[in-house]
Amino acid sequence: MIVISTETIPGWKITEVKGLVQGNTVRAKHIGRDIAAGFKNIVGGELKGYTELLTEARREALERMMSQAKELGGNAVVNLRYATSMITSGAAEMMAYGTAVVAVKEQE
Amino acid sequence: MEELEFFISTGSFLVLFMIGFIFGRLNEKRHLARLAKEQKELNDILCTDLKRYPADIDSSITPVLVTGHVVIANDYFKMIAASLRNIFGGSVKSYEALIHRARWEASIRMLKEARENGFDAICNIRFETANISNGVEVLAWGSAFKRK
Repeated sequence: MIVISTETIPGWKITEVKGLVQGNTVRAKHIGRDIAAGFKNIVGGELKGYTELLTEARREALERMMSQAKELGGNAVVNLRYATSMITSGAAEMMAYGTAVVAVKEQE
Repeated sequence: MEELEFFISTGSFLVLFMIGFIFGRLNEKRHLARLAKEQKELNDILCTDLKRYPADIDSSITPVLVTGHVVIANDYFKMIAASLRNIFGGSVKSYEALIHRARWEASIRMLKEARENGFDAICNIRFETANISNGVEVLAWGSAFKRK
């Protein structure tokens, strides 16, 4: 499945628009990671545990969005956007949304 | 006894303050130096935030979504400095530096992903910031494509 952040796909023709699709996931942080992050808050720097956690969460949100697009009968998602929000102090929500479309490869 | 307690609490605060100041500064310097070095190697990738692809796109290769993100925490010294700033107002330099670093790192990770997949340009780049447990998360994403 093609997932792209622009409205068009070069080399492909969009023949049908299937509608808005979205996927989200809410992740809570791990206590072990939180303790490590507490130390990092003293010296500063990247919180690698959190970076990995969010990579995973975002991938899941994207996969949910893609399966929704498949259900609608689309083979591509265009104009993809991401959104992140803190729900409570311990959990973050990742969301991915876009427009599911049917795209056909253009003949040269 | 009370004096001892006071000594311990202010002492640990001062120690954290000093550790934060020294290591935080060191970390930031090292990080910025690494970012500058990596940026030099990735400078030939054309970056825009335009919605449309330029005319010189090689449309035989389908563009791909590339993302980069990072979570960075502020150090103890800067956290205290920022909370003091909250009293008097004005620009909070320590957070400016933190977000600058985070955004730079995120965009470099995105550029690296494009380079690894053999692309030489990115368009429609978007940035997003969220705050996560005393730190910031910056996400950058865009559409990587190949030029003729």
